[in-house]
Amino acid sequence: MSPALARPVRVAIAVALIALLPAVVPSFVVFDFVYVAVYAIAILGLIILTGMNGQISLGHGAFMALGGYVAAILAHRLGWPYWVGVPLAAIASGAFGLLIGVIALRLAGVYLALATFSLGVATPSFLKHYKSITGGFGGLSLDPVKAPAAIPVDGQLWLYYVAWAIAGAAFLASALLVRGRFGRALRALRDNPIAAISFGVNPTYYKTLAFGWSAVLAGIAGAFFAMTTAYVSPDTFTFALSITLLIGAVLGGMLTFWGALVGAIVIEFLPLVAQQINEAAPSVVYGVMLILMMFFVPDGIVGGVQRLARRLVRRTPSAPSEPTVLAAASMAVDRPTRE
Amino acid sequence: MGWAVQLFAQQVVSGLATGSIFASLALALVLIYRSMGVINFAQGELAMFSTYVAWQLVQMGVPMLGAFFITIVVAFAGGVVLERVVIRPVERAPQLTLVIVTLGLFTAINGLAGWIWGYIVKPFPSPFPSTPLQVGGVAFSAQDVGIIVVSFVTLGLVTLFFQKTKLGLAMRAAAIYPEQSRVLGIRVGWMLALGWGLASLVGAISGIMIAPVVFLDPNMMQSLIVYAFAAAVLGGVESPIGAVVGGLILGVVLNLLGTYVPAIGDELRLAAALAIIVAVLVIKPSGLFGRATVQRV
Repeated sequence: MSPALARPVRVAIAVALIALLPAVVPSFVVFDFVYVAVYAIAILGLIILTGMNGQISLGHGAFMALGGYVAAILAHRLGWPYWVGVPLAAIASGAFGLLIGVIALRLAGVYLALATFSLGVATPSFLKHYKSITGGFGGLSLDPVKAPAAIPVDGQLWLYYVAWAIAGAAFLASALLVRGRFGRALRALRDNPIAAISFGVNPTYYKTLAFGWSAVLAGIAGAFFAMTTAYVSPDTFTFALSITLLIGAVLGGMLTFWGALVGAIVIEFLPLVAQQINEAAPSVVYGVMLILMMFFVPDGIVGGVQRLARRLVRRTPSAPSEPTVLAAASMAVDRPTRE
Repeated sequence: MGWAVQLFAQQVVSGLATGSIFASLALALVLIYRSMGVINFAQGELAMFSTYVAWQLVQMGVPMLGAFFITIVVAFAGGVVLERVVIRPVERAPQLTLVIVTLGLFTAINGLAGWIWGYIVKPFPSPFPSTPLQVGGVAFSAQDVGIIVVSFVTLGLVTLFFQKTKLGLAMRAAAIYPEQSRVLGIRVGWMLALGWGLASLVGAISGIMIAPVVFLDPNMMQSLIVYAFAAAVLGGVESPIGAVVGGLILGVVLNLLGTYVPAIGDELRLAAALAIIVAVLVIKPSGLFGRATVQRV
């Protein structure tokens, strides 16, 4: 944690910046920041699952797809309002997350990575196959979000504040959730599962629940993604989306929730900038950054900045006070050895 | 011969052809997994990039056979260099780090291919004649038969290399007993790099074989790598024989399902591979040929 500012102060600054942003930036940037909120919610789920609990998911786009399609199908086919659709999307995605979580209990480390990778790659083909429900290749288009009649703002600004309010609620709920017993159990199971289990931490309960909560967040993010784009198709939820979420989590930093915010900003704006060089430039930049971050700053931008700040304040070189998430996660996903 | 039998025989051979490509790519994965306990998520992208190199050579007027051999040399060298430069610094790092680094390679190589050659799908010339082969009154596609022959020669040579040469033995030793091998004077680091080179070479062959079928584009290997995962998992991720058998079984089963169970369709083939991965990992994680691993406490 940065020694200069207490957490409530930093949170207050972040909230104020988000609240005032639409007043100072042009409307297309406001629209970009709706996506930042969406990505931040999804990456938050990944940080809780992978960063705090050591379970690797390379297929989080699948949960976003489920949430997005549930919201879209309810709105497009049944005409249900979003305030019903989004919670149902969260519930559906969460239930699927619990199911995957139960399966994940049986898959250690790299096998879970392999299975979730495959889930991420296979997602668009599911969406294409069940045409009668999902609309197949063509996808489903939705009515753009409008503000309620009583509130005189345009739909986009309304969506901005709703998305960020939901993101704020997601961060708050997650912070409360991991503050006490639950968070301790997750970290203990990541750092030393055998010791944790010996002390009576129930791995089935906590690891499954971590997957479920992570999927709830991804489902909400998917629903908002669908509402913001006003359109869903198999191409919305490709494997590239799953990888992009992981990239956001790694670049932002998986040790703290701030990593979700920073990572979301990076994955929204970096491609916009890099695309001006070449269509393929974002991928190359992402790939090279992932590798270099792992070499030099495995705790991400937030972790790196925190260490730098600490060093500047103390004017003495300091070792990271927390083990980096990767060192920690290593124990949870140790490679099998031969006996 | 009856029409139904002919169809069945054709579909089995065609399944063996795709299966032997799954097998080659799965073998590439297993080679690296055995030596480092790492799944190289970039294996398919390396194969894709190598295939583009072959395409480029053919475009420049190099005959197919020459292009093939130049490409596999380039692929081998590329694999060695990547191991030395990208993997070496994180060799002893935690599993999650290695997963992320190979995903970084995946993303970077995919982007690089898109940058150099663009995202427009390109046809890839088939190295095999287009006239069908007649065997016992059944017409088989020369491409299918060619793919099977090339893949099996490759797999045979890899097996011979590991079984009969001193270098192959050293590589196996370095993979299984790194400390003891180092004591005996084997340069374990270089053995790992050679393993990457060899895996990249085998992957390149699979890419060149499949490219005339699926066409060339930067994402051509994305579903193929999932089939290779399924093949490797089915055979047991530790076992080269398992990868080959797993690949062949998977190829034939998927092809027969596609022919006789139209409901599966093209799209759900990937879902079937996913189901196999999950089912094997949950029910029998060691696969058909792998041995059960134990975790040291």
